Amino acid sequence: MTVNVFVFMVTCIFTNNFIFSRFLGCCPFLGVSNKVETSMGMGMAVTFVMGVASLFTWVVYNWILVPLNIQYMNTISFILIIASLVQFVEMFIKKSSPSLYKSLGIYLPLITTNCAVLGVTILNMNNNYGLLQSVLNGVFGALGFMLAIVLMAGVRERLETSNIPKCMKGFPISLVTAGLMSVAFMGFSGFGA
Amino acid sequence: MSDKKTARGVFVNGLLNENPTFNLVLGTCPTQAVTTSAINGIGMGAAATFVLLGSNVVISLLRNFIPNKVRIPAFIVIICAFVTMVQLLMQAFLPDLYSALGMFIPLIVVNCIILARAEAFASKNSVWLSAVDGVGMGLGFTLAITLIGCIREFFGNGTVFGINVLGGGYDPMLIMILAPGGFIVFGLILGIVNAITNKKKAKNMQEADA
Repeated sequence: MTVNVFVFMVTCIFTNNFIFSRFLGCCPFLGVSNKVETSMGMGMAVTFVMGVASLFTWVVYNWILVPLNIQYMNTISFILIIASLVQFVEMFIKKSSPSLYKSLGIYLPLITTNCAVLGVTILNMNNNYGLLQSVLNGVFGALGFMLAIVLMAGVRERLETSNIPKCMKGFPISLVTAGLMSVAFMGFSGFGA
Repeated sequence: MSDKKTARGVFVNGLLNENPTFNLVLGTCPTQAVTTSAINGIGMGAAATFVLLGSNVVISLLRNFIPNKVRIPAFIVIICAFVTMVQLLMQAFLPDLYSALGMFIPLIVVNCIILARAEAFASKNSVWLSAVDGVGMGLGFTLAITLIGCIREFFGNGTVFGINVLGGGYDPMLIMILAPGGFIVFGLILGIVNAITNKKKAKNMQEADA
């Protein structure tokens, strides 16, 4: 069992990294990855939301939607659960760390529209994961997201001072960088499959 | 921009001037994830256009009834209803496309373009203009992702819209249709678009000086 969890963890974090191999959560990945510190905060908020969202959506899907035979309502119920969770996290961060709250800015409420969060709940549903596996998938997936966003922030801090053609500044160079990082992550493909 | 917005102006604005993908850089996830072929790009674009049109019209109709404080959840529920419709229709009539796009159909809900247009345009403008804006933005998005899809399919598979253009001797660059290709192609296209807009701006400035 422990071995399985370990394999599952490595698969979620590296092989099927949310950003580099599934393209989920690109908006905050490009938007918030300016500073290492902010991206750590963002990563932790997303980890919490993804873990709890996986738990709640699993419960709602398997105990409410399936018995009532209204599975087609999945998208709408999932997004409502996520939206309320994000509201909760927002209130919590606002109280506990105003400086982090300030630097996350608009991207905090935008976790609701982070595709990685809704994506993980849909993946759990499509793959028929059990409760524990869903939550692990959420948490490890989010850790993979955090790894990617923190690595990217480190690279971007360096990019700011380097000499780049004017038209490639900002988004374009970040995207190309992300592409090269994604090549590196491809090295993990096949593991745990 | 003048106070009176014309339908034509709004449409062109969505399609070119404020193209959601190239100028506003919104909705990057589906832009990269589904553009492994040109056909997928068109399918995704059509689905998103339908949702944009529907949600813009309904939100514009309800703009005086939705309380300001709960507007975002209200918008999301409306968008969600349209996405579920697209999902069920596509599953029934276009099963191949449905399986190719996979989980990115339900993820249209969280496509930032749609929520951004609801917030920035439909909640402030008349129904007719909102509908035009929805179609314009939707087509702009479709155009952009189809273009990326064409480029990736051309290099990664030697085909465009499934038609072989490079002949059998071409050794496909597989990386273009894998994940890294999406990032790199999108980044380079953005760079080219920036270069063109910068040049245009410089030219306009020169003309203004003269």
